Amino acid sequence: MTVFVIRRLSQSLLILLITSVIVFAGVYAIGNPIDILIAPDATFAEREQAIRSLGLDRSLPEQYGTFLWNALHGDLGRSFVFNQPSIDLILNRMPATLELAFVALFLSLVIGIPLGLWSGLRPNTALDETVMTGSILGFSLPNFWQGMMLIMIFSVWLGWLPSTGRGELGTFLGIRTSLTTWSGLSHLILPAFNLALFKISLVIRLTRSGVRETMPLDFVKFARAKGLSERRIVSVHVLKNIMIPIVTVVGVEFGGIIAFAIVTETIFAWPGMGKLLIDSIMRLDRPVVVAYLLVVVTLFIVINFVVDILYSLLDPRIRIGSAS
Amino acid sequence: MTALTFRKLGEDSLVARALDGILKSPKATVAGIACILLFLIAAFGPWFAPQNPYDLMQISIMDAKLPPGSESMSGGTYWLGTDGQGRDMLSAMIYGLRTSLAVGLVSGIVALGVGTTLGLIAAYFGGRIDTLIMRLVDLMLGFPTILVALMLLALIGQGLGKVMVALVLVQWALFARAVRGAALVEKSKEYVEAATCLDLSKTRILFGHLLPNCLPPLIVIATLQVANAISAEATLSFLGIGLPITEPSLGLLISNGYSVLMSGQYWISVYPGLLLVAVVFSINIVGDRLREVLNPRLQR
Repeated sequence: MTVFVIRRLSQSLLILLITSVIVFAGVYAIGNPIDILIAPDATFAEREQAIRSLGLDRSLPEQYGTFLWNALHGDLGRSFVFNQPSIDLILNRMPATLELAFVALFLSLVIGIPLGLWSGLRPNTALDETVMTGSILGFSLPNFWQGMMLIMIFSVWLGWLPSTGRGELGTFLGIRTSLTTWSGLSHLILPAFNLALFKISLVIRLTRSGVRETMPLDFVKFARAKGLSERRIVSVHVLKNIMIPIVTVVGVEFGGIIAFAIVTETIFAWPGMGKLLIDSIMRLDRPVVVAYLLVVVTLFIVINFVVDILYSLLDPRIRIGSAS
Repeated sequence: MTALTFRKLGEDSLVARALDGILKSPKATVAGIACILLFLIAAFGPWFAPQNPYDLMQISIMDAKLPPGSESMSGGTYWLGTDGQGRDMLSAMIYGLRTSLAVGLVSGIVALGVGTTLGLIAAYFGGRIDTLIMRLVDLMLGFPTILVALMLLALIGQGLGKVMVALVLVQWALFARAVRGAALVEKSKEYVEAATCLDLSKTRILFGHLLPNCLPPLIVIATLQVANAISAEATLSFLGIGLPITEPSLGLLISNGYSVLMSGQYWISVYPGLLLVAVVFSINIVGDRLREVLNPRLQR
């Protein structure tokens, strides 16, 4: 286990390093970096001063060294637009994105697992066909268009839910969240569902195939022979066994949710870091783009790491340490 | 030579198996016919589209934002309404479909070529080359496609060619992983040994003998990836970092409708969106059916 953890950690560091090289190459080496790194309306003196302070008169490896050194000290540059350290901007917006992502994840499990069970227990019936075709439709609906349709139906036509923004925040256990106020919740429903739909389809398919693989196994027959009710067999014994693949896949997909939050946040004007990224790309606010990329890569590495550890803890059949 | 071709899974039988599987499922048959129709519309669209939406002589700003079924200034009917510039939506959608399908197909095919070659090389040569290629694959697949494509376009700028480069870059790894898996199984079989003993060139063994036997998973992934690429391109264009305004795809048309959605002009975003869904949905249904029929035990 320890060996595994150490190996994974060193791999993660390597990925971060590679990412930093790519980002460096993207921002510093393509085109004239000074045009990207200082505001367009800077005076000549400011420009010269910036070139010197940023070390742009030195060689590329030296420049990369400086970039890395600053990055390691949490300095990823200042936003031109907000004139704040870009890393602070990203971290300020992160809770909103995480809240949206967690609620979407929760929705995908709460809706996806029952539908998948329902479908998997009645294979090849009309209901199964409908749910499976529905899940392909869920995969096929482009996230952004589906969000627009949600706004059109529930905000414009029916007028039930607000279409943009985050609503009032309440405080719960010291965390500022929109889950505790009605205004917050009503603002959260549409974007969370928009983000969840794709994952709902995924969970349905995973659950269904899990159920179909598990139902013919001996332990299910044994449970039946013991006289357990079908409800108990499914909800306790079968569900426990199919949770392992679901937990791992959903864990890995959490990163995907955060990535797709970029789209959802743009449609619903949700003040998270994804919307900040798109705004920054549009305003050519490069330091924020750099900061977002490095923060998200770090986040991904942490998620994948946690999922791997969870996987080995959940399933005693997997012995990570003895692999290879 | 007959002994050599004996183990080869003939291309005809594979196509026949795929076709047979699709025809046996009514749902997949309908989706397949829809795919063919959509491709025909895209290919021959300019011949029967009511107007060329990008010919300024043919559009009139006086006709802007007309609801579906309105009469145009010159007497024709806009069946699906007009957009903010007075373009006929139906025509704009036909032209958009052309761009979307072209981007999806071209990037899918290039990714197929690159991924297959790298996957075969990894499986056949093994060792360091294998490790290097597969680490790269793991790295690519570790991040969501949309994020990688978005960051890349944010760094290199937008444009038709760049979008395709980004889409190829995020797709090749899936092909490489699938081909490598299939090729590793095939590699140990006797026909490869026989081909090696005949001193055939490595290129010939790789592409003439190994590749035809690794086709089933590739066909399935290629189908699904075309749908994914179309969807990804639309998303990127919607976010404003995909195609430029001069190459309008379905995603860009929908994006135009976003700003007027709140004022009730639903048709500008709803109809192109429905067409986009129809394309992606029918390709996905065919792909899903192919997966069942060819059963290459895909991991997705």
